[in-house]
Amino acid sequence: MTVPILNASGCLDALTAPEVALALDAFVTKTITPLPRDGNQPVRIAETDAGMLNSIGLQGPGIDGLVDRTLPALSQLGLRVWVSVGGFSVVDYAAICARLDGRVDVEVIELNLSCPNVEEAPETAAQIVAGCRALTTKPLYAKLSPATWDISESAKAVVAAGADGLSLVNTIRGMALDPQTLRPRLGRGTGGYSGPALKPIALACISACARAVDVPIVGMGGVGSGLDALELIAAGASVVSLGTILFADPAAPARVRRELLAEATARGYANPLAARGVANG
Amino acid sequence: MRTERLAVRGNETVGPYALVRLARGGLDPGQPGQFFMLEAPGRVLPRPFSLCLAGTGELAFLVDPVGHGTRAISALARGDAIRVTGPLGHGFDLSVRRPLLVGGGIGVAPFPYLSRALGGPPALLGFRTAHHAEAASLVPNAEVVLDPTLVTEALPDDPGDVLACGPEPMLDAVRQLAPHAQLAWEAPMACGFGACYGCVVEVEGRLQRLCIAGPVLRAA
Repeated sequence: MTVPILNASGCLDALTAPEVALALDAFVTKTITPLPRDGNQPVRIAETDAGMLNSIGLQGPGIDGLVDRTLPALSQLGLRVWVSVGGFSVVDYAAICARLDGRVDVEVIELNLSCPNVEEAPETAAQIVAGCRALTTKPLYAKLSPATWDISESAKAVVAAGADGLSLVNTIRGMALDPQTLRPRLGRGTGGYSGPALKPIALACISACARAVDVPIVGMGGVGSGLDALELIAAGASVVSLGTILFADPAAPARVRRELLAEATARGYANPLAARGVANG
Repeated sequence: MRTERLAVRGNETVGPYALVRLARGGLDPGQPGQFFMLEAPGRVLPRPFSLCLAGTGELAFLVDPVGHGTRAISALARGDAIRVTGPLGHGFDLSVRRPLLVGGGIGVAPFPYLSRALGGPPALLGFRTAHHAEAASLVPNAEVVLDPTLVTEALPDDPGDVLACGPEPMLDAVRQLAPHAQLAWEAPMACGFGACYGCVVEVEGRLQRLCIAGPVLRAA
């Protein structure tokens, strides 16, 4: 039993770097919204000592562009495709799910319920999942924010509403200041924090959710090595996604897969998945 | 685009800059004006650099140590190795009849490689100080102006085919005087290959990724 390795949504464009996408077990699109979006004004990224901030703001072609251009091009590459879906209301999310429902070129729908860089929908995550569940039979994964009081409560609610799996975790909102001007380095002021600093947060969230619900969990947050991936699996992940590391090392998919096998073997596990949940007692 | 760990062959001081020479490995040097992402030891993200020189079996980059990442790269020594990805983006269009290279400060970086590809055309380089201007020694046929003189003040009336690299205000000024110039821009970027959407600039009224659309763009 191997552990699939994916990209975190927004951390790879398969059409500009197909060789990277083809090294993954499936490709997750950048979050798609009902209408095209220009995204936020620059400056959009800022490195910090232990991570990076981004405030891209869901730049993308909208669902029409995805369906007309992106999905056919991804199919031509022979990729298995997960589509990340965003929006500003239940109606937004549900309408996109309805458009994707019958498509054979979409394997899974991941609901981005937690982008820290745009206005949030007024409804709860569970209400959005329920609205989408009614309009698609595709597997639905709910991507949750780590910035909640008790993420296991959110997990239970979205699973009860029909989510088939969880994606844990999204970036967490942060800010970086220019040391001279003491003004925010990002044009929008704040952004989503990712990279090595996110791993302990991801581990805690994955562990809490794995204890609360029995569904597949796509773990992500600060994975840069096979050992990082094994730790997320030990906390309860059954799939691992690579995010910020892809920016620094586009060869990471093959490397992390190789290291993951070696790290699991070194600890006496027949395969990486055999270590799933061992952190949770 | 390929990613490899490359050994550091040498690191020489050129004025305030570091000329970091790496063993080329299996990486292609690409076209002048294309760039590479260099690992900055101890930092989360790599940094973009256009290729400065492509000596036999080597890739060399001119680094201005102004921040955490560039300081880490300029401190590399023989025996170190860093992860390098490239070549990336679109470089200069070399089908020009009367090339003139126009650069400001660290914008001189792609010109040694570009100059060789074009057979040593004239170059006009502006620097803050004589110390910075030591980098002009890397470019044949270079005329140097120092602050407060601007390169745009020294541009001939009919500058020919301008290929420019430098700070944004300089590129904006060059664009006014030479509407057909090729301008090499820079922007903060996390990846360099279209993944992060961090490096967008406005091109033809739309925010586009500089790493894909550029970094060399037509002025008009």
